[in-house]
Amino acid sequence: MMSDTLRVNPINCTGHGVCAELLPELITVDEWGYPIVDPRPVPPALDREARRAVAACPALALKLART
Amino acid sequence: MTTTLNESAPLGAARQAAGLPRLLPAAPEDLRGHFARYGQTPYRGQAGLLISDIEASGLTGRGGAAFPVYRKLAIVARARGRKVVVANGAESEPASRKDELLLRVAPHLVLDGLQLVAEAVGATEAHLYLHTAASPEIMRALAERSARGVDMLNVTITQAPPRFLAGQESALVNRLGGGPALPTFTPPRVTERGLGGAPTLVQNVETLAHVALIARYGARWFRAAGTSAEPGSMLTTVYQPQGQCQVVEAEIGAPLRTLLPSGTETQAWLIGGYHGSWLPLPHATALTLDNASVKKYGAAVGAGVLVALPSDRCGLTEAARVTGYLAAESAGQCGPCLNGLPRIAAGLAELAGRGHRKQIRADVERWAGLVTGRGACNHPDGTVRFVRSALTVFAPEINLHARGQCSATSRRPFLPLPDGIPTSEDDWT
Repeated sequence: MMSDTLRVNPINCTGHGVCAELLPELITVDEWGYPIVDPRPVPPALDREARRAVAACPALALKLART
Repeated sequence: MTTTLNESAPLGAARQAAGLPRLLPAAPEDLRGHFARYGQTPYRGQAGLLISDIEASGLTGRGGAAFPVYRKLAIVARARGRKVVVANGAESEPASRKDELLLRVAPHLVLDGLQLVAEAVGATEAHLYLHTAASPEIMRALAERSARGVDMLNVTITQAPPRFLAGQESALVNRLGGGPALPTFTPPRVTERGLGGAPTLVQNVETLAHVALIARYGARWFRAAGTSAEPGSMLTTVYQPQGQCQVVEAEIGAPLRTLLPSGTETQAWLIGGYHGSWLPLPHATALTLDNASVKKYGAAVGAGVLVALPSDRCGLTEAARVTGYLAAESAGQCGPCLNGLPRIAAGLAELAGRGHRKQIRADVERWAGLVTGRGACNHPDGTVRFVRSALTVFAPEINLHARGQCSATSRRPFLPLPDGIPTSEDDWT
């Protein structure tokens, strides 16, 4: 099965933080409020949550990239 | 500071055996002199042919990233339709002088290389991107070529803004497109979607000069200098502890101690410029001018800036001054870089002062970790490399400063920075 990896476009990202709220298992925020994303492939159990986080990003900065 | 050609380089005999200098004539060369020395521009008559020669030569980009040149050529060559080639002479690294000198003394090697890669990838458009307004030498060279009908494509000149990131590939493409010279997020790479959406090949001007020679003399000739992993020669900008600056064409793999002094007048070396690394003495004297060697210290040769920091200056103060510049040169587009670099710079300035707060060193280390790998371009990573090497190499100085002391006897700034660091967001065009 193909696996996806979360990737942030750091130019578009405004540090809204909604991604870290929806997906704390894979995304934390740094001391300035910008997301730190787990670079490993998204585990299948979190696939739905990852897609929700991507859809919820107000800056359209979070993507799932096929690896 | 004056830039001079190094006529009496150390290791003269070894340099001659390696066929150096290859790129730098003793005096600026016009088209007649250029053709008399090298012969006509060796067009291949069809796209693609030159690429296998470049692959066999092992040539890597001389703008700093050392990316294999043939790979970018092959990607652009595969695309169809409108394609763009760009000679990148932005030389935005404040301490580097080699591209400016090359363009002055051997403009026709660069312009030959530009036309040859244009033919190789089937480009329909050629650009020259320069740090300053086009010099009389460049304008004359282009006029000579036009009068003789040498060029297959007209060359459009664009001036880069005086910003550290202006030569970054995606920033360059944005500037050529009429916008600010700001980096963009990849993918897509400019080789896939660049100027106006067209696949775009961006090569440093020195890289193109090497291409012009490989096209004439072949890969085997090119590999007669350098190491098997990193063949050829490279232009370096060398700063002596007394302050003189010279552009030296060096064989890759040459012992660094033949290029930089390591006696008592020198306290440390900086290699690779302001995204580069400080190297400790005397340990670094065993290293050679190639990435395989210097990576033991996490360093890279970059665009060939080599500095011998004199013993009478404070390395910490020098590093803090440069880091302040690098923080100001953040494009401010990415949160971690925008927030982290000024904090790192302020932390380093505090360390360079007297009696810093105890936790500040750990703070700088943490911020360095936080910005790494989180920018659209490599500015945070390059800045962190410079800062971390300074914290390591100048650790004894940090301890001195903590006790309110400093080893320096001169406060005169050593590392060159542009006059008047831009502070306005409008300075990107």
